Amino acid sequence: MLLSASEWAIVALSLKVSLVAMAATLPVAYGLAWLLARKRFPGILLLDALVHLPLVVPPVVTGWLLLILFGRHGPIGSFMEDHLGIVLVFRWTGAALAAAVMALPLMVRAIRLSIESVDRRLEEAARTLGARPLRAFLTVTLPLSVPGILAGSVLGFARSIGEFGATITFASNIPGETRTLPLAIYTGLQMPGGEEMVTRLALISVGLSIAALVASEWLVRRSGAKLGQGGGHVL
Amino acid sequence: MSSEMSSEPIFEIKLTRRVGDRLIDLNAISHAPLTALVGPSGAGKTTTLNCIAGLLKPERGRIVVAGRVLFDSALKINLPPEKRRVGYIFQQGRLFPHLNVAANLAYGEKLHAPEERWITQGEVVQFLGIGHLLDRLPVTLSGGEARRVAIGRALLSAPKFLLMDEPLTSLDAARGEEILRVVERIRDELALPVLYVSHAMTEVERLTDSVIRLEA
Repeated sequence: MLLSASEWAIVALSLKVSLVAMAATLPVAYGLAWLLARKRFPGILLLDALVHLPLVVPPVVTGWLLLILFGRHGPIGSFMEDHLGIVLVFRWTGAALAAAVMALPLMVRAIRLSIESVDRRLEEAARTLGARPLRAFLTVTLPLSVPGILAGSVLGFARSIGEFGATITFASNIPGETRTLPLAIYTGLQMPGGEEMVTRLALISVGLSIAALVASEWLVRRSGAKLGQGGGHVL
Repeated sequence: MSSEMSSEPIFEIKLTRRVGDRLIDLNAISHAPLTALVGPSGAGKTTTLNCIAGLLKPERGRIVVAGRVLFDSALKINLPPEKRRVGYIFQQGRLFPHLNVAANLAYGEKLHAPEERWITQGEVVQFLGIGHLLDRLPVTLSGGEARRVAIGRALLSAPKFLLMDEPLTSLDAARGEEILRVVERIRDELALPVLYVSHAMTEVERLTDSVIRLEA
C-alpha cells in the first residue's frame, strides 16, 4: 500500500508520540502498580480511583483537565513555562502527555497483576540470603514482573496510537505537530474527497494495533514459558 | 550429641506471637548443635522459624543463636533478616525461578564479603552432588534436586546457623533418605548449628535427642 509523504509523516508522528508517551509513563506506572500491589496505606483507594479515572471519564474531560493544569495559565503549565521553558499545549509533547495519561490506567493494571503474581516468599528468601529490601526488589521482584512490564508497555503503546479525545482537546489538531493518526482520519472524514486517505490511514491504524496486541501476547508467553509459569494472559 | 557440657546455650528462643486467634508462646533453651522443633501441624513451627529469621516480629521475647542476639524486645534489638546470617531452608525450596542453579547458588554468596564466607561454591557443589545441575532452571529440577540446591544456596550465604523447615516434605523415601544424610553430614562435618523442624518423630530421633516441643 502506497502512502503519500504527508501520510507517512502522520504515521511517523503517531509512532513518535506513542513511543514517548509509553516510555515516559512506564516508570510512573510501575511505581504506582507497586504501591497498589504491595502497600497498604490510608488513601490507597483514592489513589486507585485517581489512576483509573482516565479509563472511565470521557476523554474530552481528561483533555480539559489537562488544559486547566498544564495550559499556559494553569498551575503546572505556567510553572513549567516560567522555570523550565517547556510548553506542552499545541505541541507534540502535549499530545504525548495526553496519550500518556490515557494509557496510564491500562499500564498500571497490567503491571500490577504481574507484581501481585510474584511470590512474596521469594522476596523473603532473598532477604534471608543477605539482600536488603531494595536489592531484593531489583533482583527478584523486578525481573519476575517483566511479563507485566512488556504487556503493559505494548498495551499503553496501542492505547496511545488510538488516542483521540484528550489529544484534540488539549493539544489541538495541528498538522505536523499534533495531528496523529486518529486526528488525521477525523480530519479526512470532514474533507470532500478524503475517503481514500481515510481508508489508507485506518488500515495502517488497525494493522499497528493488531501488531501491538500480537507482540504483547507473544512476549508474555515467551517470558512466561521461560519462568515456567505457563502462558500468561495479562491482557 | 552431648548437651550438658557447655554453659552457653546454642539456641535461646523466648517468644510470644499471635497468629490469627492462636497464641504461640515458646520458651526454650538448647545446648545441642542440632536441635529439633516438633509439634503438630498448625502449632506454629513455621511461624517460630520466621520469627527467628526476622521475617516476622514477635510481640516480645528474646532470640539468641550461638551467642548472637538477633532479637530482644526489652533491649529493642531487632536485626533485619539480611543481618541475621541465617541459612533458611524453606519448606517449598523457594528457588528463584528466573535464575539457573549456578546463579541461585551464587545469590547469597555475592552478598557477603569473602572473609565472611566459610565454604566455596565448588565445595558446596561437591558436598551436595549437584555439579550436573548448574545450568538448569529450577522448574526443570526434581523435588530432591531442588531441595539440595536450596540447601546449597543457604550454605553459600555465609550463615552462622541453619533453619530447616520440614526438608523431607513431598519427597519419596529414597530422596528423603538422601536429604537426611546431607543433614547428618551438616551436623557432623560442618559443625553448624541447625534448628530442624519436623512432625515425624522417627526422623527426629535419628538426628538428635535435643527436642523442643510446640503444643497445638
